[in-house]
Amino acid sequence: MPVMTYIEAIRQGIWEEMERDDRVFMIGEDIGAHGGAFKLSAGMQEHFGPNRIVDTPLAENAFVGAAIGAALMGLRPIVEMQFADFISTCYDLIVNYAAKARYRWAAGVPIVIRGPSGGGVRGGPFHSNNPEIAFVHTPGLKVVVPATAYDAKGLIKAAIRDPDPVLYFEHKLLYRRIKEDVPAEDYVVPLGQARVARAGTDISVITYGAMVYVALEAAEKLAQEGDGVDVEVIDLRCLVPLDREAVLATVRKTSRVILLHEDTRTAGFAGELAALIASDAFDYLDAPVLRVTAPDCPVPYSPPLEDAFLPHAADVIAAVRRSMAY
Amino acid sequence: MATVTRKLGSRLLHTMKLMRELEHRIENLYRQGKIVGGVFIGRGQEAISAGSAVQTLPEDVVCPSHRDLAAFLLRGLPPWMVVANYLGRKDGPTRGRDGNTHLGALPLGIISFISSMAAIVPVANGVAFSFQYRKQPNVVLCYFGDGATSRGEWHEALNFGAVFKLPIVYLCVNNQYAYSTPVSRQMAVEHITDRAQGYGIPCQRVDGNDVLAVYEAAQKAIARARKGEGPTLLECETFRMSGHSAHDQAEYVPKELFEKWKKKDPILRFEKYLLEHKVLSRRDIDELYAKVQAEVEAAVTRAEQSPYPDPGELLEGVYASAEEDHSLPMTQRTRGKRETNPCQ
Repeated sequence: MPVMTYIEAIRQGIWEEMERDDRVFMIGEDIGAHGGAFKLSAGMQEHFGPNRIVDTPLAENAFVGAAIGAALMGLRPIVEMQFADFISTCYDLIVNYAAKARYRWAAGVPIVIRGPSGGGVRGGPFHSNNPEIAFVHTPGLKVVVPATAYDAKGLIKAAIRDPDPVLYFEHKLLYRRIKEDVPAEDYVVPLGQARVARAGTDISVITYGAMVYVALEAAEKLAQEGDGVDVEVIDLRCLVPLDREAVLATVRKTSRVILLHEDTRTAGFAGELAALIASDAFDYLDAPVLRVTAPDCPVPYSPPLEDAFLPHAADVIAAVRRSMAY
Repeated sequence: MATVTRKLGSRLLHTMKLMRELEHRIENLYRQGKIVGGVFIGRGQEAISAGSAVQTLPEDVVCPSHRDLAAFLLRGLPPWMVVANYLGRKDGPTRGRDGNTHLGALPLGIISFISSMAAIVPVANGVAFSFQYRKQPNVVLCYFGDGATSRGEWHEALNFGAVFKLPIVYLCVNNQYAYSTPVSRQMAVEHITDRAQGYGIPCQRVDGNDVLAVYEAAQKAIARARKGEGPTLLECETFRMSGHSAHDQAEYVPKELFEKWKKKDPILRFEKYLLEHKVLSRRDIDELYAKVQAEVEAAVTRAEQSPYPDPGELLEGVYASAEEDHSLPMTQRTRGKRETNPCQ
C-alpha cells in the first residue's frame, strides 16, 4: 500500500472519480494552470482538460451557482473553495438554493463543495476558519470532516457519489503533515459512520478533523504520565449525517465524555452532542459533559495569539482530569 | 418580423390570455381566503414570457420568475398544478412545500427560482454550462426583475456568463418597481442594459408590452446562443399593473402611471394586430377566450379536489431516499411513485 499525504489522498480520490465518471468535473479559482492554492489539482488540467478542471472569475456566487445548475442537469460538480472562509460569500446559494431544492421540488443537487479549513498555519482571520456549523444547521446539506488520509480519499469519493449537496471541509494543517498507507484502489468510506480512533475504557473524547490528533496526543500523555486513565477517542468523520449510535455507544462504555472541536464554543457542534448525550445517555454519565473548544473569538494571526486560541493536548488533559476527579 | 401564422398567433394570444385569467382567478382565491401565502402576478407583463418561451425547443430550459407564468404554461405545466401549488395542495409540483410559482419541473425544462431572485442567474448559468459541457445545442432563458439586477449574484453571474460565452438569454423584466422601490432608487444609470454592457454582453431594449417585439428580439438572442456566440441581455420594458403581491395596494405608485400603461396592454395590442392583419377573426378570438375561461375553471376545480399534504410527509425529501435511482440524471429518471405528476 502506498504511503500518501492527506492532500494527495483527496487528490487521488477526485482523480479516480473523474476517471470513472465523465459527469464529474471540478470548478474554482486558480485550479487549472496553477493547480490550486495548495496544489491539490496540480497537473489535473493537463490530464482532464480545461472543460473538466474549470478556472473561473474570482466570484464564489458565480461558480457555486454554476455548479448547482450543472448538478440539476445531472452533472457531478466539485467546487473548490480556495479557503473555506470564503464560503460565507455564497451562503445564499448553498443554504437557500442547494439545500432546499430537493425538499421544495424534488430536484437533487449532487454537488461537493470542498476546501481547506482550520487554523494552526498562521493564516489569520480569513484563512483559518472552521465554518462547518452554519451548514450543519441547514437541513438538506451533508457535512464531512476527514481526519486521516485513508478517510480523506474514501470520504471524498463517497461525497462525489452522493445524491445530495455535501460540504467537505479539509483541514489544511493536515495536508502534508499526515502521511499514511492508503490503498491505491477504489474504496469508499460511507458517510455517517464514525470511527474509534483509539479504544479506551475510562473516558471518551469525541472530536473530528485536526483535533483527532490533539485528542490522541492527550490520550498518549495521560497513559504515560501515570494518571492511569485509558482514553477512548472517537473521530466523527461526518457531522451530517451524524453517527448518533457511535456517540451513545462510547458514552455507555466509558460514562465520561469530553467534546472537543477547533471551532468556537457558542452553538458549536459540541453543544449539539451534549444535548444528544444528555437526553439519550443521561443514566450512563458519571460526570458532567465537558467541552474543549476554541473561545468565542476570530482566529488571530500572531503566533502567541493563535496558540492561545487553538485547543491543545494540555487543554484536553485538564478536562479529562477534571472529569475523572468528579 | 415577416408574418404571424394563424398557429403562432393563436398560441401566443391563448397563452397570454390564459396567464391573465388564471392569475385573475388566483387573486380571487386569495381574496376568498383560500390562498394563505403571497400571490405574485404578471398582469400587463404577459408578452415577455410568452413571446420568448414560445420559441424554446423541448431540450431547452427556462428559469422563470413569479411574473413569467406564460413560460411555465408554454413548457407544459398544467394550469391546475399552478393553482394547486398556490393552494398548498398535495398534487402541486412542490407538494405543499412551497407556494406561488416557486416551483420547477426538470422533465419540463423548468428550473425553480427562489425568493432572493438574483440567485437564479448563476444557477441558470450552470444549466447553460451543462449544455456547453455536453456539447448540446440547447439554450437557457433566464428571467428576472429590475430589482434583481442590483444584487451581487446577478453581477457575478453576468460576468461569468460573458467570460464562458454561455448559451443563455438574460431576460430582464423591467416593470419599473421592485416591491415599492422605483428603478430610479435602484440604479444611477438609466437602463439595465447600461449595467450589462460593462460585462461585454450584447444588449437590447425591447418594448415588453409588444409580444412580437419580444418574439423578434428573443429569436435573435436564442439563435446567437444556440450558435455558441454567447449570452444576450434583453431589457423588456413594461409596467407592473398590480402591487408587489396581492396584499399590496401599491399606493406608492402614481395613479397616472397605471393609466398610462393600461393603454399599452399587451393582450389588447396583440388582439388588434391579429384582427388588422386578418390572422384571426373576432369570432376566433371570442372562441379562444371562451376556451381560456373553461380551462381556468377546470384548473381551479381540479386543484381544489386535490387534498392537503399529509403532515406525516413533513420530513420526506430533505435528503434523497435510499431507494431512489441516482445513477441517472434527474431529467431522465422515471419515478414510479408519482406517475401522475408530470413535474417529478
